[in-house]
Amino acid sequence: MTTLSESLDALAKTAQADVASAADLAALEAVRIRYLGRKGSLAAVLRGLGDLSSAERPAAGKLANDIKRALEAALDVRQTELEAAVQAAVLARERLDVTMPGRPLPMGRLHPSTRILRRICQIWADMGFQVYRSRDIETDEMNFELLNIPAYHPARDMWDTFYTTTDGVLLRTHTSPGQIRVMRERCPEPIRVILPGMCYRYEQITARSEIQFHQVEGLAVGRHITMTDLKGTLISFAHRMFGPERQVRFRASHFPFTEPSAEMDVECMLCGGAGCGVCKHSGWLEILGCGMVHPRVLQNGGYDPAQFSGFAFGMGPERITMLYHRIEDIRYFWANDLRFLEQF
Amino acid sequence: MRVPLSWLAEFIPVPIPVEQLADRLTFAGLEVSTIHRIGVAGSDLPWDLARIVVGQIQEVSPHPNADRLVLATVTYGPDRSKTVVTGAPNLPIGSRGQKVVLALEGAQLWDASSSTPATLTLKGRKVRGVYSDAMVCSERELGLSEDHEGILLLDDSAPVGAPAAEVLGDIVLEVEILANMARCLSIIGVAREVAALTGGTVRVPPPTMADTGAPVGQAIQLVIADPALSARYTATVLRGVTIGPSPEWVRRRLRLAGIRPINNVVDVTNYVMLEWGQPLHAFDYDVLVRRARGLPRIEVRPAHAGETITTLDGTVRSLTPERLLITDTAGPIAVAGVMGGAETEVTDATTNVLLESANFHFVSIRKTTQALKLPSEASARFGRGVPAALALPAAVRATALMQQLAGGEIAQGVADCYPAPQVPPVITLRGPDLERILGMPVPQADAVRILRALDFRCEEQGDDQIRVEVPAHRLDVGEGIVGVHDLAEEVARVIGYDRIPVTEMADTLPPQRDNVAVDREELARDLLVTAGLQEIITYRLTTPEREAALIPGNTEVPSYIQLANPISADRTVMRRTLRAGLLDVLAQNARLRERLAFFEIGPVYLLGADLLPDEPRRLAIGLAGRMSPPSWAEPEGTTTDFYALKGLVEGLLAGLHVPAPVFDPEEDPTFVPGRTARVSVAGRSVGIFGEVHPQVRKSFDLPLPAFVAELELEQVLSLVPVSYAVQAVPRFPPVLEDIALVVDDAVPAAAVMEAIRAAGGPLLAAVRLFDLYRGNQLSPGKKSLAFSLQFQAPDRTLTDQDVEGEKRRILGAVERALGARLRG
Repeated sequence: MTTLSESLDALAKTAQADVASAADLAALEAVRIRYLGRKGSLAAVLRGLGDLSSAERPAAGKLANDIKRALEAALDVRQTELEAAVQAAVLARERLDVTMPGRPLPMGRLHPSTRILRRICQIWADMGFQVYRSRDIETDEMNFELLNIPAYHPARDMWDTFYTTTDGVLLRTHTSPGQIRVMRERCPEPIRVILPGMCYRYEQITARSEIQFHQVEGLAVGRHITMTDLKGTLISFAHRMFGPERQVRFRASHFPFTEPSAEMDVECMLCGGAGCGVCKHSGWLEILGCGMVHPRVLQNGGYDPAQFSGFAFGMGPERITMLYHRIEDIRYFWANDLRFLEQF
Repeated sequence: MRVPLSWLAEFIPVPIPVEQLADRLTFAGLEVSTIHRIGVAGSDLPWDLARIVVGQIQEVSPHPNADRLVLATVTYGPDRSKTVVTGAPNLPIGSRGQKVVLALEGAQLWDASSSTPATLTLKGRKVRGVYSDAMVCSERELGLSEDHEGILLLDDSAPVGAPAAEVLGDIVLEVEILANMARCLSIIGVAREVAALTGGTVRVPPPTMADTGAPVGQAIQLVIADPALSARYTATVLRGVTIGPSPEWVRRRLRLAGIRPINNVVDVTNYVMLEWGQPLHAFDYDVLVRRARGLPRIEVRPAHAGETITTLDGTVRSLTPERLLITDTAGPIAVAGVMGGAETEVTDATTNVLLESANFHFVSIRKTTQALKLPSEASARFGRGVPAALALPAAVRATALMQQLAGGEIAQGVADCYPAPQVPPVITLRGPDLERILGMPVPQADAVRILRALDFRCEEQGDDQIRVEVPAHRLDVGEGIVGVHDLAEEVARVIGYDRIPVTEMADTLPPQRDNVAVDREELARDLLVTAGLQEIITYRLTTPEREAALIPGNTEVPSYIQLANPISADRTVMRRTLRAGLLDVLAQNARLRERLAFFEIGPVYLLGADLLPDEPRRLAIGLAGRMSPPSWAEPEGTTTDFYALKGLVEGLLAGLHVPAPVFDPEEDPTFVPGRTARVSVAGRSVGIFGEVHPQVRKSFDLPLPAFVAELELEQVLSLVPVSYAVQAVPRFPPVLEDIALVVDDAVPAAAVMEAIRAAGGPLLAAVRLFDLYRGNQLSPGKKSLAFSLQFQAPDRTLTDQDVEGEKRRILGAVERALGARLRG
């Protein structure tokens, strides 16, 4: 009995030492087979159990089982260790250069004019102004006459016009003919609409002027719409568009379809009013023209100017984009060069 | 309009600093774009008050060592004098008494010999052996003009020893005049505005003249043919003038206002025009008498066809009945309000002058100015409207000033032909009117004060009503409710827009409408952007040639909206398609990027039966180059193709929930035959797409294959359902079954899919084509299409037998319908 337990103890010791020193999974597997395999050392020792007396046998059996279990546990631990080491080695081999560039996205983008139009229209939508679209090719009557700009009137100098070969048909010079169209369609309902659209002017294409450009015009008509409303509404717009802290000012101006007419300036958002190149060192940016709808225009839209009043305003989204992003050349907008478009 | 402050101050004291004045004017609608300072503090070169002063010539003697130079002794105060060396031709030896600008040592002046603006500091030095530490100045040295011919000679009134800056220095406001502010194309007009804005009073003494000669009626007869074209014609006659240069103060003011001095008579016409806003013209009266062989008879009338006139600039001009003329019995003597005739012009030899102060309709003047391309200070004013009431006071003022500058005797009275006097509107302005427009109450006293300051005659009728008579010098104020708005603007802008309170709209909210067309279009944009496309916006103007390049070999030109006045040869008509612009953008960017994927949404313009064209909105998509942006991770990449484009069209329609689009082969000259498809929904075509024909690509300089779609966006969007049902997520697992079918090459894949679907019954949830094979393993003319079939029941897990039965039925059906056989 003593001899058996001694040899079991000795076996356990050498086995634990072999497990600890197994350098890799193959060596560990060899250790496992050597001690725990069917022809392994432990089995050989256990074959001696049969020679023991029945009194000795349980204790010796238990000892052998303990040793076996301890050895299995040690093998598992070692196995896990070695596996982790192998995985670590594999991962180390597969290490990436994380500074390599990522796979570029095939990104789509909106045109900058669409972006700004959406923003402008969204702000006005929140204030209850719905989009009203109207046509590009207009009659002289809609574009001028009904807006209180008769033929040869000095005010026509404000618009260099593309005429078509059809008498009395032209490319709209502003979105204002939409005012007449929406009024005629909706009269006598009150109106709050925003009219975005492409306009055209007979101009040399330069860094500062284009033959086509967007305009966003707004129109409110009702029985109690006043100049204080005009100011309040436009200031709200300016604060959302340019920032709640921006100063806003109104100057007297002239448009044939509004009376009184005004021009709204917003404190330069680039220099905060201190003066910079963009605002020509004035601290202010001209943002939109506006005014109370001229009584003749109301009349032409079907509304009795003694009962109804309204305000209108218009702005140039490309100009606002240019101010925002310090773009020096308006020609970029229709050139569609990806080197420009990709920056938005 | 350039407004010298010294001139303005003759009519209205300016009690505030000029920057403040400029601000007030700007906020009231007279935008001061620039403040020019001449000689005074703040100018580019302020004149040293102690060192640049008024001097008087005592003696001019020869220079001992130089023929072309003289020595001038100049006094500039009691016991203060300098001897200067000068070569000025207008200081002849022996002359004396002239007033000049004397610069003393240390003064800074402009360097007259420098071609670019540069200053110098005056130092004492010997000039040909004579020492001098002062100089007499030319206009150029003072920065007044480019003139360096002689020295500047001042008027006798200039006080000796006074700083030049006090005598000659000035500030000029450059004011932008809007269309409704034409009255401010005059110093007096601006003065009225300043008065209203600063609370001052304008002083414009009614002009008078010493008309001691024979009655003017004995010298001239006037006729107006059509008062609608010329409301008024007045004339005065001044006999015995001496033509010569104007005094310095007249020349200086003209120059400050931007007009070149010519001679005293012509200068007066310009001076009074600037002062009053009334253009004037001087004729040589003796030429008129000679032409008339007696009493001249002036008639304002439209030109006869074929008439000609040689104008002041020496050009012979052929006239049409649209041109309004000043004529005498011998023919035209001036193009009314635009330019005088050469024959009757005032010359150095003129002794008797007829001065015209007339009124012409702005439309006639504008047409003539445009037709003859003759813009001038006069036509700029007439073209914006000049009140007829101005003609008379301006005539008197100009005649008197002319006499003051050129001498002579004034014929008695003003010849005045004014057949239909203009009656200024009278407006009833009620307090509630102002409040209704402005949104704030304006005390009646304030309204009256403001309007009176602007020369409106106001009569208060009770507490709530003012009768307002528009002054004769205002043409911009209308009648009735228009006039009420005009007056509201006057009141508001003088109060100052910044003092108008701010309110939120309290008016009834309009009925709200759904904006389906706009919303769906934005959804389409979002879908395309999400799919990786870059939006573009191109010119809507193009040429027929550009669009014809889309149709090789075609010679038929469709009808375009054509510009009557194109500004460049490449923008002459409105586009009928988005394809050309898109191909241009693809070509331009092809050199810049390896992946090109664009879309544009916008109208095309199609002439129909109506006066105005249809403007249907379309969507175009263009692809070329790589599928994905270039990357080290995918150096080769895949190239885009027809099916990439089709996938985009399908994805867009699916994203919009447009039901059941059908794709059919199509022929279109823009595209490669056999690689062109039409997409239809509910039997209606909504667009076309395909691979761009190589010949078209060549015309557009597009170096690589490109794929383009053009859809009728409005039609597509009209097919978007208002709502659509969403299926429950299946609770039981699907069964997937792959089948490969061999069919004739000519059988369209869509037909096979359709046959499978039709045969599939309710358990067939989805069919997906996952492989196409042509090749050696098949007999020639055959192809194999592999489909993944997904079977699904809502209430149970399908068994193998279920699926086997379905599959057998499908195979049977496709074999019967299309001869398809299961690939072995």
